[in-house]
Amino acid sequence: MEVQERLADLHAMWRIRALEEKVRELRLADGGNGPIVGSVHLCIGQEAGPVGACSELGADDALFATYRGHGWALARGVPAEAMIAEFAGRATGVNGGRGGSAYFTAPEHGFHGENSIVGAGLPIAVGAALAGRFDGSGRIALTVFGDGALNQGASHEALNMAAAFRLPVVFVCENNYWSELTAIDEMVGEPELWKRAAGYGMAGERVDGNDPAAVRAAVRAAAERARTGGGPTLLELMTQRLVGHYIGDVEQYRRPGELDRAHEDEPIARLTRELAAAGVPAAEIEDARARAHTEMEHAAAAALAAPLADPDTAKDHVYA
Amino acid sequence: MPELTTRPAPQPPVAETRKLKYGEAVNAALVRLLAELPETLLYGEDVAKPGGVFGVTRGLRRRFGDRVFDTPISEAAILGSAVGAALMGARPIVEIMWADFSLVALDQLVNQAANARYVSRGTAPAPIVVRTQQGTAPGACAQHSQSLEALFLHVPGLRLVMPRTAQDAYDALVSAVHSPDPVIVVENRTLYFGDKAEVELGGAARPMGWSQLRRPGRDVTVVSWGKVTGEVLAAAESLAAGGIDAEVIELTWLNPVDMDAVLASVARTRRLAVVHEANVTGGFGAEVVARVAESGVSLDAAPLRVGAPDVRIPAAPALVGGLLPGAASIAAQIAGRISGTAH
Repeated sequence: MEVQERLADLHAMWRIRALEEKVRELRLADGGNGPIVGSVHLCIGQEAGPVGACSELGADDALFATYRGHGWALARGVPAEAMIAEFAGRATGVNGGRGGSAYFTAPEHGFHGENSIVGAGLPIAVGAALAGRFDGSGRIALTVFGDGALNQGASHEALNMAAAFRLPVVFVCENNYWSELTAIDEMVGEPELWKRAAGYGMAGERVDGNDPAAVRAAVRAAAERARTGGGPTLLELMTQRLVGHYIGDVEQYRRPGELDRAHEDEPIARLTRELAAAGVPAAEIEDARARAHTEMEHAAAAALAAPLADPDTAKDHVYA
Repeated sequence: MPELTTRPAPQPPVAETRKLKYGEAVNAALVRLLAELPETLLYGEDVAKPGGVFGVTRGLRRRFGDRVFDTPISEAAILGSAVGAALMGARPIVEIMWADFSLVALDQLVNQAANARYVSRGTAPAPIVVRTQQGTAPGACAQHSQSLEALFLHVPGLRLVMPRTAQDAYDALVSAVHSPDPVIVVENRTLYFGDKAEVELGGAARPMGWSQLRRPGRDVTVVSWGKVTGEVLAAAESLAAGGIDAEVIELTWLNPVDMDAVLASVARTRRLAVVHEANVTGGFGAEVVARVAESGVSLDAAPLRVGAPDVRIPAAPALVGGLLPGAASIAAQIAGRISGTAH
């Protein structure tokens, strides 16, 4: 692959990493009483998935994510400033503070929402794809969810319906080995989750989820299948989160040596090593990181300069 | 499921009057809506090729093709896909065969559909319409008999209507599908095959929230909804024979609810009874009584709630008969509450 494209991936992953680091800083500021409060689920370590996948989506396609969705939103084009403002309860937040870190939506960017109910996004994505059959758009839907979500009943219903109707859905499971605080391999009889695809009669594949190029190739094939009437695909992206399930998770459940290995294999470290080995100058690699951090510093400053959401509007929009 | 298609041209409704049963009126509304609004889709378990377990959706697949389709027995996928389709600008009309079955998929109604408009500040609403039916019928088991409206009425963001007559069945569905909010239309299977009545079709969608004065009276306001309103009207006639003149208000819509009509009536009669088939505790009758109490209208008798006792619903008709509010028991309870109160 072209070095420039790999550098662009590195920068895109650093943007997510830098956003998440900034969010963590703001969540932990002032002993936890800083600008961001409440439950925050970071995707540090899982940046390759959104970076690889979102480049394969068109403007009319519909992306549905989860509470660990900051990276997916950013990769889809949602501005970092509007996201940080959202997490910090600002009037300028992407939903004016109504969604927060775990449940915001930005349909104007084709990002049709995080979801804080595990597994709930799959049937909704099925509906988005279904609607595309009748409105002439040819839209495909991509829904990302964790390994634990595949143990929800709603997920099963959605996978089956999508397969039965050959709907253009790309089901992306980010398997980070932990369904919240519990090991996924203790919660399933078959830990290779992608194998479930065959039971539904759809294509399935396990993918190196820490390699944006591998993710991109897999999503490209799945999206092409979806767009040409080949029906849905289940992709299992193998990745790790380098942080807790939520900020404050003490992670006593981690297995010995697990995080050390994860840090070796995490997507930014890996791509950085590969680019250096390919002879890319250190200054260019550093620039990919530095620009991301600078952007997020500016985004956070601008976000926090905005006024808090107006309490007088809190009852608006329950009904039309 | 079709390959990629585009929406057909809209066909404006034609005004006419026909004699229809309640179930036929629902069908007529669906015909009108599928023709009038090309963005509508109609789906659910057994609704398309079989025409519905009660025959209510018969003929729609033949007439409207792929926009009417059957689904797996998957309530979460039915409701969740409706939310997703609505987010994309479609108008899904989905059927949950029994209201009891919605309980396996409440997430998609309560956590998803009800939140979509609020969180997005109106930019990404999910105006789905859920047709379902509820209530007891002879021999129906405890999992096919519940009256669950209060569960949904506790949820901000959802609308709910419970039509009892053929005209209301038609109008309620037309209004629901034209509504920008998610609406649950609660029908009643024991009404589908009743007598034919004149139904005006093809009119403009009525604004949600209507109630109907079914019987004017001076002595007590009786508020009711759904099938049991028929029992209330019969009770009112027997009360009249005993000298008690009951005013009967049917709340066709429970959200939005026409409390103005209730309050105005109670201000005249100064007595209130609320009758529903659902069990009493936490029923919407409690809400009606509370709102009347909060309004400051002074009453000449303590308000009365009539409903099923807090019990499960047994299958045997001999067991269930005594549990449900019938005309005689409704009349007796109202008369008992009123007797001895000045007027």
